[in-house]
Amino acid sequence: MGTIVLFTPLKLFDPMLKKRDDFEDILEERRTSSDLRYALRCYTPVLYKGVTPCKTSVLKSMVLQSDQLHYVINQVSKESGRAADDVREEASAILEEMAHSLQLSTVRFFAFMLSKVFKTLFRSICVNEEGIQRLQQAIQEHPVVLLPSHRSYMDFLLMSYILYTYDVALPVIAAGMDFMGMKFVGEMLRMSGAFFIRRSFGGDKLYWSVFSEYVKTMLKNGYAPVEFFLEGTRSRTSKSLTPKLGLLNIVMDPFLKGEVFDVNVVPVSISYERILEESLYARELLGVPKPKESTSGLFKARKVLSEDYGSIHVYFGQPVSVRSLAEGRVNRCQFNLVPRHIPRRPSEEIQSFVNDSAYRLVRAQEENMVLKPWVLLASLLLQNHHQNRAAGQKPGMALDELTTQAVWLRDVSRQYGAFLHWPDHTSPSEVVSSGLSLHRALVRVCEGRVQLAVEQEEELLSQAVVVLSCASYRNQMLHVFVRPALLASAIHIASSNQKRKTDVFNSFSFLRNMFSSEFILCPGATVQDFEEACYLLVKTGVLQVTQQEVLVTERGHRTLAFLTSMLDPFLQGYQVVCRFLCEEDTETLTEKQFIPAVRKFIVNHLLAGRLRYAEVLSSDLQKNALAALQRLGAVRKIKGYLVKIQHFLTQL
Amino acid sequence: LHGCAPVWLEIMKWNGWGYSDSRFLFNKKGQAEFTGKRYRLSGMIIPGLKDWFEGTFGANLQHKTPPTPLLTNTAVPPATLNEAFVEEVKSTGIPFSHDAEDRVFRAHGHCLHEIFALREGKIGRVPDMVVWPSCHNDVVKIVQLACKHNVCLMPYGGGTSVSSALECPPEETRSIVSLDTSQMNRILWIDEKNLTAHVEAGIVGQDLERLLNESGYCTGHEPDSMEFSSLGGWVATRASGMKKNIYGNIEDLVVHIKMVTPQGVIEKSCQGPRMSTGPDIHHFIMGSEGTLGVVTEVTMKIRPMPEYQKYGSVVFPNFEQGVACLREVAKQRCAPASIRLMDNEQFKFGHALKPQVSSIFTSFLDGLKKFYITKFKGFDPNHLCVATLLFEGNREKVLQHEKQVYDIAAKFGGLAAGEDNGQRGYMLTFVIAYLRDLGMDYYVIGESFETSVPWDRVLDICRNVKARIIRECKDKGVQFPPLSTCRVTQTYDAGACVYFYFAFNYRGLSDPVHVYEQVEHAAREEILANGGSLSHHHGVGKLRKEWMRDTISNVGMGMLKSVKDYVDPNNIFGNRNLL
Repeated sequence: MGTIVLFTPLKLFDPMLKKRDDFEDILEERRTSSDLRYALRCYTPVLYKGVTPCKTSVLKSMVLQSDQLHYVINQVSKESGRAADDVREEASAILEEMAHSLQLSTVRFFAFMLSKVFKTLFRSICVNEEGIQRLQQAIQEHPVVLLPSHRSYMDFLLMSYILYTYDVALPVIAAGMDFMGMKFVGEMLRMSGAFFIRRSFGGDKLYWSVFSEYVKTMLKNGYAPVEFFLEGTRSRTSKSLTPKLGLLNIVMDPFLKGEVFDVNVVPVSISYERILEESLYARELLGVPKPKESTSGLFKARKVLSEDYGSIHVYFGQPVSVRSLAEGRVNRCQFNLVPRHIPRRPSEEIQSFVNDSAYRLVRAQEENMVLKPWVLLASLLLQNHHQNRAAGQKPGMALDELTTQAVWLRDVSRQYGAFLHWPDHTSPSEVVSSGLSLHRALVRVCEGRVQLAVEQEEELLSQAVVVLSCASYRNQMLHVFVRPALLASAIHIASSNQKRKTDVFNSFSFLRNMFSSEFILCPGATVQDFEEACYLLVKTGVLQVTQQEVLVTERGHRTLAFLTSMLDPFLQGYQVVCRFLCEEDTETLTEKQFIPAVRKFIVNHLLAGRLRYAEVLSSDLQKNALAALQRLGAVRKIKGYLVKIQHFLTQL
Repeated sequence: LHGCAPVWLEIMKWNGWGYSDSRFLFNKKGQAEFTGKRYRLSGMIIPGLKDWFEGTFGANLQHKTPPTPLLTNTAVPPATLNEAFVEEVKSTGIPFSHDAEDRVFRAHGHCLHEIFALREGKIGRVPDMVVWPSCHNDVVKIVQLACKHNVCLMPYGGGTSVSSALECPPEETRSIVSLDTSQMNRILWIDEKNLTAHVEAGIVGQDLERLLNESGYCTGHEPDSMEFSSLGGWVATRASGMKKNIYGNIEDLVVHIKMVTPQGVIEKSCQGPRMSTGPDIHHFIMGSEGTLGVVTEVTMKIRPMPEYQKYGSVVFPNFEQGVACLREVAKQRCAPASIRLMDNEQFKFGHALKPQVSSIFTSFLDGLKKFYITKFKGFDPNHLCVATLLFEGNREKVLQHEKQVYDIAAKFGGLAAGEDNGQRGYMLTFVIAYLRDLGMDYYVIGESFETSVPWDRVLDICRNVKARIIRECKDKGVQFPPLSTCRVTQTYDAGACVYFYFAFNYRGLSDPVHVYEQVEHAAREEILANGGSLSHHHGVGKLRKEWMRDTISNVGMGMLKSVKDYVDPNNIFGNRNLL
């Protein structure tokens, strides 16, 4: 079984060459045979090099007796003056709070329940079986880490459900402590393999030590694949989030220190045709606070059960060998001179290695995200919505027009390497109408015209909910287009007809830097991204690039216009945030007050018609913009207050 | 003037390991046997070897790769002689030769690529001339002449190097003279008051022990190559002996060293057992690998011969337990003269080398033992591993010591497995090198290499290096799974010496030696990445030079270089090892 290093240049440059596996619907069998028998069937997964499963109590004592924890306990005891036994008690308590207690009976219960739920909610759950086979193989050979994308609460139950279905070893899953608040459910999740970590434990050495040792012990001994979300939290916008490095650091550590021969990391892309939390997310982004996870809340969510959420595609990617990733990048001799159990801050070399790897892995997730035709429709409808509004035209567009455009966009996105699931044997108009009907909460079709379900007379926030929901679907295809779109915008900025390549590159580089918290753009890969964008646009006949110049071809204008409009809401959004900081008195503004204040500012702009993109109301965009301005040196945070560097801001 | 050591040359193979009369072969019936009379295994049938060999490597007795039978003189490049030097050597009366066979014999050590090339009849750069000094003063004369005529000197001892140290640098344009120390092989005196012996450095290990034994003494220095390797070679490479736990390694054994360098003779003025006189100059000499001069005479510690020796062996359920036991033994500082732990693959290999047993009773006993261990004790034959032990001293103490060690072993699940297994284990040490030649007759090539590593890293390094070898073989297109195995051969307070063995069937590969070298290179990188040293006792030579700077730091390199620059500014000792 070959594991691969991601992104060989060829793969990067020719997305058309990407080979992807076929899918198999696992619900199909569930609809024809007994769920009970399925839940009670013989489950005998293959484990890492044939290890025998071990009791959770044994696991816990291994952690508590580890050299690393021993060391930290003594250290904490010395520093705080507390008795070592006392600290050990605390460590033990932390472990109790954290540890999973995977029980097959609970898993079977979930298997039964989820079969029922999934069959009502979804039309199909499609899985690439070849990916499962690769995973099986990897689990036998090396410790495995599963890295699913995170768009829904459903994700980890779904993962375990699929693995149970295919008789693959069940993972242990890092979950946020907030789940623990849900009394009964928390325990159920624990018994199905979740372990719980506090959201923040920055300076707590002991906590970190128990946590990292716990994860490493499970991984090193190959008791179970470790699963966590690289993005740290559910993405409310359907864009991939900047990866969090803590857990990735921990799972790579045993390899870097030579405690295992290799670790295999398997990116998993879970694509929902319709996200359960769709409007919930939109509200949250608009500032209606996130409901606290509670059991009763979960039951209230029962009304979602009556709706149709289309299908789910789960793609198990190629296992990535950490050894191959580290080859030539990390000098493992750096661990030779200090005992390995003494915790040390990772060296800069390792930090940058882990960071780069994290980006690669998120991109690997993105690459295998399945895009449904609706994603194209949402993008087109959103663009149309804003253009019409600007031009003061009648809202919406003709259905055939939408269909024609969708077919055009289908072909373009395929050329750019999108993993598009467009049914081949159905007529385009049927494809379009089936997409529209599944998302009837967001669009309205009447008299042969399609428009977003936004009433002019409605209050701005309710309009924004629809726009943001739509935007979240459009965002699903951003990773396909982000590099070409940055290039398109850079070309757009270079206003004259003579577009010097260096100017275009500089604008590209500036935009890329500004949007580096907004989109997944690997740090330090500006040149590579620029070349990739050029390659794609040249290949598709949009541009001609010579040594010095960039020329737009006759037929390229349509694509360029589409690409620039795709990025425009973000550009406008960042500009508004900039303007807010320039115009408003921010002397007394703390970071916490920033969001409400900027939101108010944006609402005014929208109402006055100075801004047409309601999606700028997204707090995600506002936070990213602030982060970008801080990164660019236009704003500084001093003692919690935001201090603007005026001349920088005006320049921007 | 044909070589002065004709006897040696005739009884030794020119293109393989050891004595000409001793070799493994598969007889007409397809059974393996070991020829000759020199070893305990000699003349015996080894019934299990064929199956093991074919099963492990996917080899087939029908597919043979026999060596080129005779050395053809035309294959040997003509000697580039420095006539003036030759003339002056002649006038000193020191024997020399430029006979092709003599030169080729001294142009190599025993690295795989060296032997492989010889078997194919391929000869690269070889020394242009061989000289046989017979005492310290002869060496002084030769070195002076070499300096005078700018001739490159390469000291040659037993020729057992496995670091490409004896390979002539192809870029060397001067005449290369191999300085063969084999005639400097006398024990000059024995000092029973201080228990030291003063010995010429060309003496070979087995002769040194035999001669000392005649007087009731021994040095106790027994590297696996002791049949052929020389005292000077041990000093020049920082050798280690099997029984170092009692007698120490070479650096613990030498009291005084005399070395001839282009700047003159270096030696200490007294034989005090320890000195505080700045950095120990012996440590510039030990491990200098022939780059600074020729070691001519050494005063070594000697011990009375042990009155009692006892072998032993312990079976462990798995390698992890075995390592834990060795670690505990080291911690309690009660290691026997030798303690070695083989992994499961080597255990099986050792098993395959059991000679045919003569009596039904022994085979019945063997069967019973096997039954007891695997069925009664529940050891998995695919995981168990074995430690071999050698105790030495007076009888009473040995028995006491033995009990202590077996008690520790028991705590780690170890079962005593008899003296026989232990003794056979050590016997195999000497014949294992012959086995490589057998493999090479049937498309199988292999080699061993070693490292030293802290205790907490032992298991990790063993696992990772073995896995790396298997991975690399696969990646490099080797068609059959390789043999990748290891053993822990020495214990120290702070770590252990680990040996790796690896071999594979190269059918279907166009350049097997290159593949072999790539894999070995990768394995060494893996060793270093896992906290292992560049070498425990084989030395650096030219094979491992590329890692020296990383190993000893820039400043360290500078220090060694400046010593070389002072001692040998014209690079007379131009074998280009080490730096």
